[in-house]
Order: sequence, then structure tokens, then C-alpha cells
Amino acid sequence: MPVSYRQVTGWIRAFAAAVAENKEYLTELDSAIGDADHGINMNRGMQAVLQKMDAGEAGDIGALLKTVGMTLVSTVGGAGGPLYGTLFLQMGTAAAGKSELSGEDWAAALAAGVAGVQRRGKAEPGDKTMIDALVPAVQAVRSALAGGSALDEALRRSARAAADGMTATIPLVARKGRASYLGERSADHQDPGATSSWLLLRTAAEALAAEAV
Amino acid sequence: MKKLINDPADVVKEALQGVAAAHPDRLRVMTDPNVIVRADAPVQGKVGLVSGGGSGHEPMHGGFVGMGMLDAACPGEVFTSPTPDQMLAATKAVNGGAGVLHIVKNYTGDVLNFEMAADLAGEEKIEVEAVVIDDDVAVTDSLYTAGRRGVGTTVLAEKICGAAAEQRRPLAEVAELCRKVNAGGRSMGMALTSCIVPAAGKPTFELGAAEMEIGIGIHGEPGRERRQIAPAREIVEMLAAPIVDDLPFRPGDRVLAFVNSMGGTPLIELYVVYNELHRFLAGRGIEIARNLIGPYITSLEMQGCSITLLKLDDELTALWDAPVNTPGMRWGA
Repeated sequence: MPVSYRQVTGWIRAFAAAVAENKEYLTELDSAIGDADHGINMNRGMQAVLQKMDAGEAGDIGALLKTVGMTLVSTVGGAGGPLYGTLFLQMGTAAAGKSELSGEDWAAALAAGVAGVQRRGKAEPGDKTMIDALVPAVQAVRSALAGGSALDEALRRSARAAADGMTATIPLVARKGRASYLGERSADHQDPGATSSWLLLRTAAEALAAEAV
Repeated sequence: MKKLINDPADVVKEALQGVAAAHPDRLRVMTDPNVIVRADAPVQGKVGLVSGGGSGHEPMHGGFVGMGMLDAACPGEVFTSPTPDQMLAATKAVNGGAGVLHIVKNYTGDVLNFEMAADLAGEEKIEVEAVVIDDDVAVTDSLYTAGRRGVGTTVLAEKICGAAAEQRRPLAEVAELCRKVNAGGRSMGMALTSCIVPAAGKPTFELGAAEMEIGIGIHGEPGRERRQIAPAREIVEMLAAPIVDDLPFRPGDRVLAFVNSMGGTPLIELYVVYNELHRFLAGRGIEIARNLIGPYITSLEMQGCSITLLKLDDELTALWDAPVNTPGMRWGA
């Protein structure tokens, strides 16, 4: 079963709730290797997104995702604003005009979003960034769908791959962002960006699979 | 936390209101999104200069808006990059038909947001060039880091490029000049104490009563090493020697020596530092042709200083001497 517009709004709301719940945790991770504002900034952005969504319907999934992206770009600041903003803007472009998404549509939109993040941030897997959670998530959803899995199963595998990618950042030495200034001292810490990206994929698996089971 | 504020959430907004109330002759403060812009912007036929970054470094950047320096500044939250919509609004407000130069300090957030803003300005057919300042020798520049941070040289680049723009030099030339200033400028800072971001309410990092951090960043990022406090003479050598060796500055070079307070260090100590720097450079055969001493690129109430050296030639010296009239820097006008 395809993903509906209603489910996508549910996903955005669930992500906002997860960010709010984990605001302190994300900021704590960031204070170890960054500048201690990731949770605060992402929460400010997602709260602004909720206000936008309460104010009116976007019409279709593409327009909704673009609104989320533009709102994040203009409210988050730091590096998270342009990176998460680009993710949603590119997903929105890929889903333009659609009122529902097939499994392939979802995989294509997610891949477009992640490719946008890579272009903007110029990070590669292994640099200890959000890319370490996002790239495996894209690969997992694609290979699950190609192997004949239903969308809800593909979404769950995608979330698990993001979780594995997130924990795999712990031993890494950062090569991008403010954490890279720490050099070897950035090892033994989980990357805050990879952690918020895992929340994004985990809430997607929960909210988008809800009706498809 | 003891601070002269009303509410941590309102610090940036209320400081901007204060700036607007204090300098209506020179500045206009736009809100939603926040931009400080020259009162007479856009100046027709002049390249517009836009910079920006997190708040908490005052007078940089908003205090440098005015004749002979910046046309607009975008203040973010404290120590958080501003957003592309601010930069786009600033770019549109200062575009007098000759294009706009973005002067960007090398921090991942600042760079990414300014890149998005340049994309957006391009869609509106405004010609934008961006120059990234990365002068902090405390940071290893390699493929495996985000590169050197942008610090003290930013102030000098804004002054010098501002003067060039007033002469109606074209965008490509002002951008090239900015790259030249960045190529010839090197900085390093140190901290005696931490600072408190109002929204955080507690010190950004802990520093023991007799400790100092050599190579600190302007947001309290860790530097090269933490060590016991030492006399100013030794501290100046710890900062100046890596700067001189990095470019390198050579005997016979003429430089602009910039001794900057991190916010909490008084002028009397800056002059002690300057005296030591003067002695150190004389020993290396380097002549200080111009100087700048005071709090210009700060880190809230942090005690400490940074030293910036910029290699001068006749062109840069003349542009440095040119009139400037901003709240944070004023001479000849």
C-alpha cells in the first residue's frame, strides 16, 4: 500500500516530537564534540514547522516537504539548517505534485534528499556526520524493495540501517564540521547529526508503515 | 549566571533594538529576518559588502556597517550562524547594481548558509561572489578537517574591502583583494577564562584558576594546548611565533599588528601584549607599519586576546588608511 499525504504529515509530527523529546540528549552529544546547540536548534526549527503545518495544508506531499525544508532553512541556523533544509527540499522536489508515494517513490525521494545533503555538506561516509546514518538507510530501503519486501518491512530495515550507521560513528575521527577541530579527541563520541538522522528514519518507519501493515 | 540582560531568549533582539536606537544616522535595523544595513543602502554603482555570523562577537559584524566598511551584517543567535533568508534580504538591500560580496568566516554553518543564500540570490539575478576567511593558525588545515577557522583577519578584510568598494572598484577586483588580505593575514588567540552563552546559562568550557587555553576559537573551541598561566612575554611568543612562522613573515616585511580583546580583557593588558609583540617582531626584523588595539572580534565576556598580523603593501596600507565611519571603527570621516 502506498504512503498517503496524511501519513507523511504524521511522520513530520512524529519527528518533531522525537526531536523535542531528545533535545537535551542531542545537545549533550553536541557539547562533547561540537558547539552544544544541535538539539536546541533542531527543536526550534521543528516547532516552527509544526506552527506552519497547523496554519494550513500544503496540498500535496511535494509541497509539504518543501515547506518543511524552507522552514528549517530559515529557522535552524548552524550547519543543521542548510543540511536538513536541503534534505527536505530535495525530497519535496522528487515528490512534486504527488498525493501518495509508492515504495519506489519513497526510496527515490529519500535518495534525492540524501544526495542533496552530500552535495551541500561535501561529506563522505565515514566522516562522522549525518551521512553515516542516511546513506545506509537509502541503501537498505532500496535493497529491501528490490528483494520483494513490502514497504513497511523496507522502512523498518532502513531505520535499522540508520541505527547501525549511527552507532558506527562512535569510534570514528571527525573529518567535517566543528568536531573535526578536535582531531583524535572526537573519537569515542556518537555523532549528534547521525543521531537526529536516525530519529528521522525511525519515525518514518513508525508513521509511514502504520497503515500499510 | 550574572549578565546585564532581561531574558536570555531576548538578548539578540533587544541588543539590535539598542543598535537601532543608538545609530539611526548611520544604520537601519531590519527585523524578520534580522539584518543591520547602512542607512543609505543601496549605494548605486557600489559593490555591496555583506558579512554575518553568530552574535556574541560584537562589534563584529554589525558594528562595522557604515561608510567605508560593510553595507550589511546578518546577526545570528549567539554563536549560531545566521540563516540564508537573512543573507538574501541583506544582499537584496545592498545591491546597487554592481554586485554583492559575501565575506564569510570559515565555520561549517556560516559557509553552508552563505552558499544557500548565494544560490537564492543567483535565482534573483543578483551577482554574488563569496570569499571565505580562514586565518587561524591554531587549526591544522588538511583534507581531514573543516579547515582553518576565520578570525581576526575578517575585521581587516572588511575594512580594506570596504574602502575599495567606496572607490567603485568592480566586484571581481574587490573579491580578489579580499582573497589577498586572507592570504596575507594570520591569527591566533588564547583564553584566560571561558564565556557563558546566555541560552546555555553555564560556561562553555571549564578552565582551572591557573590555566589558559592557547589557540582558542572565538566560540570557545579547544585550541592547541592547555597549560599553566605564564607572563605576557611568554604568552605573546606562544601566539606570535606560530603566526610568523606560518606565512612566513620575513625580515623587512611591513605588517599591520592587530591585538584584540576576547571581550573581558582590559585595554591596559592589551597594551602590555602590544609592547611584547612590538619587541618580538623587532627581534625578527619585522616592522609594524599600522596597528589596531582593542575589542573588535570578541567572544562574549571571555578574558584573553588574539593577535593578527597582516602583511602590508602600499595598496593595502592606503586602503587601511582610507576614511571609515561605523559604530565600531571610525577615522578620517
